[in-house]
Amino acid sequence: MDIHEYQAKEILAGFGVDVPAGALAYSPEQAVYRARELGGELWVVKAQVHAGGRGKAGGVKICKNDADIQSGCEEMFGRKLVTHQTGPDGKGIYRVYVEAGVPIEREIYLGFVLDRSSQRVMIVASAEGGMEIEDISAEKPDSIVRATVEPAVGLQDFQCRQIAFKLGIEPAMTQQMVRTLQGCYRAFTEHDATMVEVNPLVVTSDSRIVALDAKMTFDDNALFRHPQIAELRDKSQEDPRESRAADRGLSYVGLDGNIGCIVNGAGLAMATMDTIKMAGGEPANFLDIGGGATPERVAKAFRLVMSDSNVQAVLVNIFAGINRCDWVATGVVQALQEVQVDVPVIVRLAGTNVEEGQKILAQSGLPIIRAATLMEAAERAVGAWQNELSQDTKVRVMK
Amino acid sequence: MSIYLDRNSRVIVHGITGKMARFHTADMLEYGTNVVGGVVPGKGGQMVDGVPVFDTVEEAVAETQADASLVFVPPPFAADSIMEAADGGIRYCVCITDGIPAQDMIRVKRYMYRYPKERRMVLTGPNCAGTISPGKALLGIMPGHIYLPGNVGIIGRSGTLGYEAAAQLKAHGIGVSTSVGIGGDPINGSSFRDILEKFENDDETDVICMIGEIGGPQEAEAADYIRTHVTKPVVAYVAGLTAPKGRTMGHAGAIISAFGESASEKVEILSAAGVTVAPNPAVIGDTIASVMKEAA
Repeated sequence: MDIHEYQAKEILAGFGVDVPAGALAYSPEQAVYRARELGGELWVVKAQVHAGGRGKAGGVKICKNDADIQSGCEEMFGRKLVTHQTGPDGKGIYRVYVEAGVPIEREIYLGFVLDRSSQRVMIVASAEGGMEIEDISAEKPDSIVRATVEPAVGLQDFQCRQIAFKLGIEPAMTQQMVRTLQGCYRAFTEHDATMVEVNPLVVTSDSRIVALDAKMTFDDNALFRHPQIAELRDKSQEDPRESRAADRGLSYVGLDGNIGCIVNGAGLAMATMDTIKMAGGEPANFLDIGGGATPERVAKAFRLVMSDSNVQAVLVNIFAGINRCDWVATGVVQALQEVQVDVPVIVRLAGTNVEEGQKILAQSGLPIIRAATLMEAAERAVGAWQNELSQDTKVRVMK
Repeated sequence: MSIYLDRNSRVIVHGITGKMARFHTADMLEYGTNVVGGVVPGKGGQMVDGVPVFDTVEEAVAETQADASLVFVPPPFAADSIMEAADGGIRYCVCITDGIPAQDMIRVKRYMYRYPKERRMVLTGPNCAGTISPGKALLGIMPGHIYLPGNVGIIGRSGTLGYEAAAQLKAHGIGVSTSVGIGGDPINGSSFRDILEKFENDDETDVICMIGEIGGPQEAEAADYIRTHVTKPVVAYVAGLTAPKGRTMGHAGAIISAFGESASEKVEILSAAGVTVAPNPAVIGDTIASVMKEAA
């Protein structure tokens, strides 16, 4: 789960990390008022969206007076910000963060991640701050400093000092750097984060080390023990279909194609998408309904997939292990009687009691297209979709 | 004996009184797995399907000489159960639980390394379907009847996609020596590399099948190991060619976040290491059959 920059900064500040003075605003007028409260002569107004790359996309404005803030905010509020991380639809701007300007001397990249190779928390830092880490590793790989944390004892001060010296932090500021790194590490572990990124971490001309930007991502599997973090979930930043799916305990990712997928198991769901592509189609979604594939879940899945207006055919692929095919087939038939589905439905069942499952589908009287193998299912789904397309075209021509 | 299990493996089930655990314990018993006990704190002394329940792993091992265990405990408590198994003298543990916090798994891995190699427990999973040596023992939730006994070793991150592969092999009349689910989580007990080493040294395995997916470095690490250490033919399939970058695809660990973590990059890396890659999931069985024909 992602949170906003201002929320991440509040958390980090609670662990002793220095952040600029700032305040949240829900309207241009409020932003102007917040800036006056903060004082000073220079402010930065930042769109609060769950994505990086805001600066280049026009989501960060440097303002010198009330009029700058007012007009800057008017350009942002209610708009969708499209960055290289948001996808083409962008993410809505409903809040902005107003910060006092900071005199920047140099910029540093600082990230904490779960390193899957060492299976530990890893610190990644670079003196080339302000750039994306992907660009740093492509263009200046030698500038990257890494350290892994021994989980039994946690991050040690000497490791922090090593990083500080490698980054060329002035000796007089080493202690500040140690405090910053330890603060980020504690915020990471105590809240079950999977990522903390401070980019840039800046050294100011008045010799402070300040987190100018901050991003935190949390482990969804650990939210049960962090209710105060779970509360920060902002549905306005999520794909509405994915939010609905998550609320119903289904794992769904919306894509751009036309063939809806209902599958049990994440790996099989990805494999089904790949097969559709191989057969010449494009999947409309990833959807894992879980190992169980109960009738209720199948019905929920149909409702969800059909809520995408791009869907022109639905492919159901269930490998019934413990849950027998006859039982799954009954569920599919029930779901199709309950949910309005006006596009071709292709069902492929495999596993235990497959013959009885097929019989139930055949005898249901519903126009279900059956398939025996994964490839056949994908080919039939693509065929049915193309057929739908040509029928649509005919209708249009007749009009 | 097969790589982790055989008829003589003495199995205990953590959380045996739960509905799912009960169901699958009955299934494992029917398959012929030697389930000798269960562990549920506070329910020691009860019986489930004729299997005695103990309060602690320590007690269960002392009473039953169990050497393998299956964790069916809810996510908040699963890490604790795995560590209890490691401490209690269990040699091989499978964790089915989906949804364990990643930092709990970091702690588990660190904890397991406190024991010397001779008595260190092997963990596979979490978030997997389990391990089966067909005709001998089943430690997990997979349907036993889709696996024929044979000489193909399967390693997979996904449960149902692993079933798909086994069923395709069965249609060809090809059997499986052992199938190991390493699970879909970012921090897991054993990697492809760990199981490849086991299969390379296993007399009952002649061909190895790896079923990978997007996310994480373990397929690339496996490719490195195959190039330098594996003499047996390896067939692979990598799911997620159509998966977008930066999105979690169901499994907590199925997310492309770095170079080399996409399906197409993994296919390239594995092919370069001499692995035969099945171009799509519908032909995993065909690909293995043709590799076996060539090897024969």
